[in-house]
Amino acid sequence: MTDTFYEVLRRQGITRRSFLKFCSLTATSLGLGSAFAPKIAHALETKPRTPVIWLHGLECTCCSESFIRSAHPLTKDVVLSMLSLDYDDTLMAAAGHQAEAILDEVRAKYKGNYILAVEGNPPLNEDGMFCIQSGRPFIEKLKETAADCKAIISWGSCASWGCVQAAKPNPTRATPVHKVIFDKPIIKVPGCPPIAEVMTAVVTYMLTFDRLPELDRQGRPKMFYGQRIHDKCYRRPHFDAGQFVEQWDDDQARMGYCLYKMGCKGPTTYNACSTVRWNEGVSFPIQSGHGCIGCSEDGFWDKGSFYDRVTDIQQFGVEANADKVGGTAAGVVGASIAAHAAVTALARARQKTGIDTPKGED
Amino acid sequence: MLAEQDAFEAERSARMVKAVYVYEAPLRLWHWINALAITVLAITGYFIGQPLPSVPGEASAQFLMGYIRFAHFAAAYIFAIGFIGRIYWAIVGNHHARQIFILPVWSARWWSEVFYELRWYLFLVKEPKKYVGHNPLAQLMMFLFFTIGAVYMICTGFALYGEGLGEGSWASQMFGWVISAVGGNSLQVHAWHRLGMWVTVSFVLVHVYAAIREDIMSRQSLISTMISGWRMFKD
Repeated sequence: MTDTFYEVLRRQGITRRSFLKFCSLTATSLGLGSAFAPKIAHALETKPRTPVIWLHGLECTCCSESFIRSAHPLTKDVVLSMLSLDYDDTLMAAAGHQAEAILDEVRAKYKGNYILAVEGNPPLNEDGMFCIQSGRPFIEKLKETAADCKAIISWGSCASWGCVQAAKPNPTRATPVHKVIFDKPIIKVPGCPPIAEVMTAVVTYMLTFDRLPELDRQGRPKMFYGQRIHDKCYRRPHFDAGQFVEQWDDDQARMGYCLYKMGCKGPTTYNACSTVRWNEGVSFPIQSGHGCIGCSEDGFWDKGSFYDRVTDIQQFGVEANADKVGGTAAGVVGASIAAHAAVTALARARQKTGIDTPKGED
Repeated sequence: MLAEQDAFEAERSARMVKAVYVYEAPLRLWHWINALAITVLAITGYFIGQPLPSVPGEASAQFLMGYIRFAHFAAAYIFAIGFIGRIYWAIVGNHHARQIFILPVWSARWWSEVFYELRWYLFLVKEPKKYVGHNPLAQLMMFLFFTIGAVYMICTGFALYGEGLGEGSWASQMFGWVISAVGGNSLQVHAWHRLGMWVTVSFVLVHVYAAIREDIMSRQSLISTMISGWRMFKD
């Protein structure tokens, strides 16, 4: 059996006194009563750490890069103390057959009890030939590993929605995890990449409470994806005031006005960037003066320019937004009306149509 | 309603008066409130997507975008609640109040009159028929562009409004499915909602033109009918 949290903490030189202080503090910060401190201590003393298998499909590893930069909690604490990251071909020391052996071992030993984290997605075209691992298509490895897991975490926009490799025309037929695995609970943690703290927090939540976080309609944890960037953006007062950046190098840009007119996708993007921010809370795209590109939203790569507010509607096959299509339609209708009115007036003048006014009556 | 029935009704009434009471007071009131709401919605909606030039000064001293959005949301509530009231009136009001909700598509005669009206607009027939309510072509257009259009705009609009109110709000609960239905990215819903605005603008153009034209050219009153409720016949 894997060590409990308590055993790992003691081994790292943490005293029992500090451990109990930590439990009280955790109970308080979670808004629970003091009676919960012993319960948390008990859980940490008795619960074996949950094994996590981390697979990599068609991806760029930006999720892993983000994950290892987590500051709260530090990734080393998550990886070494909280979870038992038994397989991650990018981070693990073992390689080749030894590595694959671990995968089989975890699947057999912890059947139905391990968490499967998937970074990237399986390409389905040509029988999955576009992503080969250990000599066979990734889709096979994914399906096998998923069969015995407790739950799946879809890391990043690749696993959640498909991301750039699924952009039109999607030559490899890259397919998000929830469209190939149907019988397991899936937590989507989208973003390209997701925020490091969001990633570690989702894992921490699942290990601490032994349950999935509350998910929204699209399967994302509500605690981080419950609100839009726009809802908590520090430039929001400028939006409400009607103060916008009009050009990248204008005074308004220097004064930090709202980037709405520059195509900021904050109003349609659900993520925690404007609250948690990046790199230990240093900044996030809007704070750096560039609009949000909506990287955690489904299909962000195929929804027109990052720099238009009224974006193109793809269905028309041409590059046209609602104003071009609708404005043209309204213009045509208006012109037709004018022409129709003119013909009507002419016809009436020549008494061709319309009602003859009764003569001599009234 | 069919022209013959209407003609009968008109004729019967004509024995006593040369006018028929068509649109009851609540319906007329709704029409003009609705017209005002649509005007406000279209103008403010346009400026929500393409905001006005930036205003100078302290952000705390300005609330231009906020007021524009407030006007849009307030008008949207009036439009939506009015639409519900209009459905209620279709049930309890007279049979003319039901016209824009139920098309007699099963009636071959109705279709032939749709085409007759179409020919009238194409200057192919010299005399229009008399109608107490909407003519069949008007009824068809009203159903397609107003009734369906209103439902579409209410669903997409409140789906977007629900994003601002937040997950779990009534709008998100009731209309959030719209966003999922178009693929989950509400940017799409914004685009389609905006296209709906342009369709509505086109409809309003046609509606106003047809009302004025028919008021002059047809055999009955149009504009005054929506004010007084009485349809006057000219011959």
